[in-house]
Amino acid sequence: MPVGVLALAMIAVQLLCAAAGVDYYLTQLTMVAYYGLVIAGLCLLMGYAGQISLGHAGFFAAGGYATAAITTWNLAAAADTPLLRGAAALRLVLRLTDPYGREVVYLSPWIGLAVAVAATALLALLIGVPVLKLKGHYLAMATLGFGTIIYRVVLGARVFGEADGISDVPPFPLLPGVIVDGARAVRTVNFYVAWGLLLAALALIANLIHSRPGRALRALHGSEEAASAMGVDTARLKLHVFVVSAVLAAIGGVFLTHFNGGIGPSEAGILKSVRYVAIVAVGGMANLWGAVTWSAVLGFLSLRGYFGSFDDAVFGTILVLVMLFAPEGVTRSPYVLRAVAAIRKRVAGGAA
Amino acid sequence: MTAEHLLQFVFSGITSGSIYAIVAIGFNIVYNATGIINFAQGEFVMLGAMIAISLDPFLPLPLAIAAAVALTAGIGALVELLFIRWLDRPGVLRMIVITIGVSILLREVAHHVWGESVLSLAYFTGNECSSVCILGACVSPQVLWVLGVSAAIVVGLTLFFSLTLTGTAMRACAASRPAAQLCGVQVRNMVAIAFMLSAAIGALAGCVVSPITQTRYDCGTSLAIKGFTTAIMGGMGNSLGAVAAGLIIGVLESASVIALPLAYKDAVAIAILLGILFFRPSGMFGSREAGALREF
Repeated sequence: MPVGVLALAMIAVQLLCAAAGVDYYLTQLTMVAYYGLVIAGLCLLMGYAGQISLGHAGFFAAGGYATAAITTWNLAAAADTPLLRGAAALRLVLRLTDPYGREVVYLSPWIGLAVAVAATALLALLIGVPVLKLKGHYLAMATLGFGTIIYRVVLGARVFGEADGISDVPPFPLLPGVIVDGARAVRTVNFYVAWGLLLAALALIANLIHSRPGRALRALHGSEEAASAMGVDTARLKLHVFVVSAVLAAIGGVFLTHFNGGIGPSEAGILKSVRYVAIVAVGGMANLWGAVTWSAVLGFLSLRGYFGSFDDAVFGTILVLVMLFAPEGVTRSPYVLRAVAAIRKRVAGGAA
Repeated sequence: MTAEHLLQFVFSGITSGSIYAIVAIGFNIVYNATGIINFAQGEFVMLGAMIAISLDPFLPLPLAIAAAVALTAGIGALVELLFIRWLDRPGVLRMIVITIGVSILLREVAHHVWGESVLSLAYFTGNECSSVCILGACVSPQVLWVLGVSAAIVVGLTLFFSLTLTGTAMRACAASRPAAQLCGVQVRNMVAIAFMLSAAIGALAGCVVSPITQTRYDCGTSLAIKGFTTAIMGGMGNSLGAVAAGLIIGVLESASVIALPLAYKDAVAIAILLGILFFRPSGMFGSREAGALREF
C-alpha cells in the first residue's frame, strides 16, 4: 500500500466524517496519527531490524515533556534581556495573556521541538550503545527498565509536574494560519497536519527500507552473524535505527502535547509501551502499512472509549491471540488465508 | 545516623530482598525448564495474596493461604496449558510478547475482580503495632515470618531438586532436553510442573509479605522487574546466587532512601539492573567464560 492510497484514504475519511456530521471524530483521528508516528518508528525497529523495545512510551513522553516544560516556563521577568529580545525578533518567543489577564512570555514551541528532538536523540544514543548489545529477554527487560525509569522520573520530578503532569501547554503555530491546537475551529486543518506529518514519515521510512541500509537491516533481522560476515556494521546500524525510531516517537509526543495542551505521566507508563508493541505485532511486525492501519483503527476505538474499563485487557488479549495464532500478522495468518481461500472457492463454485 | 537506624534499614532491606529472591527463583525454575523468562511471574505473587485475602473471612488463615497457593499453582498450570504447551518451537521474541500479554490479562482480571483498592492480609502473629526488638532495631514479627518462610522455600526447593525423582528429572530437562527425553522423562509435564512450582512459591511469598507491603492489582510488574534484576545479578538459573543478590538489592534499595527522594526508590533497582546488564550480564556469581558462551 503506497503513500498515495493512504493519502486518498485520509481525504476520504475527512469527507465522510464531514458528510455524516461526525466531524468531532477528527479529534481522535488526529491523535491517532501522532501515536502512529510512534508505531511507524517501532515497526522499523522491531519488524525490520528485529530489536524489541518495551520503552517506546518513554521516548514519546521524553519528547512531550521536554516541549511542555520549555513552553510553559514563564520568562516574563526576563523579557527585556537582550537574549530574549533577540529571540523575539526571530519569532522564537510567544507573548500570551493568561486567564487572569497577566502577560506571560514563553519560548516558542519550535524551540521546544528542537530541544525535544535533540534531547531524545541523545537519550536514545546513550541508552542504545549499551542496550543494543543485548538480545532477546535481556533486551526486552533492559528497555522495560529504561521505560520504568522515565516513568518514575516524570512522576517524581517537580519540573514535570509529578502526578499532575504539565497542563496549559500553548498551541504550536506551525505556519501562518496553521496552528497545532485541539480547538474546534481548527479541527479539520489539524487532521490534515497530523496525517500529512505521518504520511511524510511513512514515505521516508518506506524509502529507507527499500534502499541499501534497508536491505542491510533485513539481513540483520535474518541473522546478525551472517549480516556481520557480509560486511554490515551491525552495531552501528542497530543504533541508527534505534535513534531514528526514538526521534519519531518524540516528534509524536511533541505534537500531541501541543494538540492536547498537556501531558501526564500515564503517557510514559509501561502499559503504553506494551500497547505499541501489540499494535506492531497485529500488523505483522515487518509490515509498516499494516501497523499504521491497525494503529489508526484500534487507537480510534480506544480513544472513543468503546473498550470502556476493558481498554488494557483488550490490548492484552489482542497481543496474546495474535502471537499465539498469527505471529506473522493477522492478514498473513494461515487461518485467515485458509478461510479466504475457502470463501473464494465457494464463490467461484457458485458462479459456475 | 546511629547503628540502630542502619540496622533498621538492613532489616527492611532483607525483608523486601527475600521476596525478590523468591520471585527470582520462580524465574529460574521456569527458565531452567524452558529457556523462557516468564514475565507474568510477578502476577503470581499478586494473585496468591489476593486469593488468600478473599478466602480469609471464610477459612482459618493457614488454610486460606494453603488454598491460595494451590489455586495459584493451578493458574500457573493453566497458563502453561493454554499459552505454552502446544507451541512448536516458538522464537524468543514471540515468547516474550506472549508472557507479557499473559501478565496483562492476569492483572486485568484481578483489576476487575478486586478493584483498585489496596488490600492486605491479617498479620500472622500480633498486629500492625506489635514489634520485636533485635539488637536495638525494632521490627514487626511479620518480618520474621517473611524471612522464615523464604528460607523454608529455599531449603525445600533445594531438597526437592536433589532428593526427589521429579526434581532430578527437572534438572535433567534443564541440562539437556533431548537427553532427558531419551531417558524417558516426560519433558512437557516437567514444564507444567515448573510453572506450577514457580506460581506456588510466588503465591506463598505474596501471602507472607502482604501484611507489610500490602497488595494491589498492579503490584506485579515492579516485582517482576526487581525479581528479574535479582535473577540476573545472581546469575540466571542459580538459585543460591539469587538469594544473595536479592538481599543485596533489597538493602541497597532501602538504603537509597537516605540519599534520594522516596519517589525514586523503584528506579534504584532498575538502575542496578541496567548496570549489570551492561557490564556483567553473566551475573555477579556466574563465571565470565560460561557467560560468554550464552546469548544475552
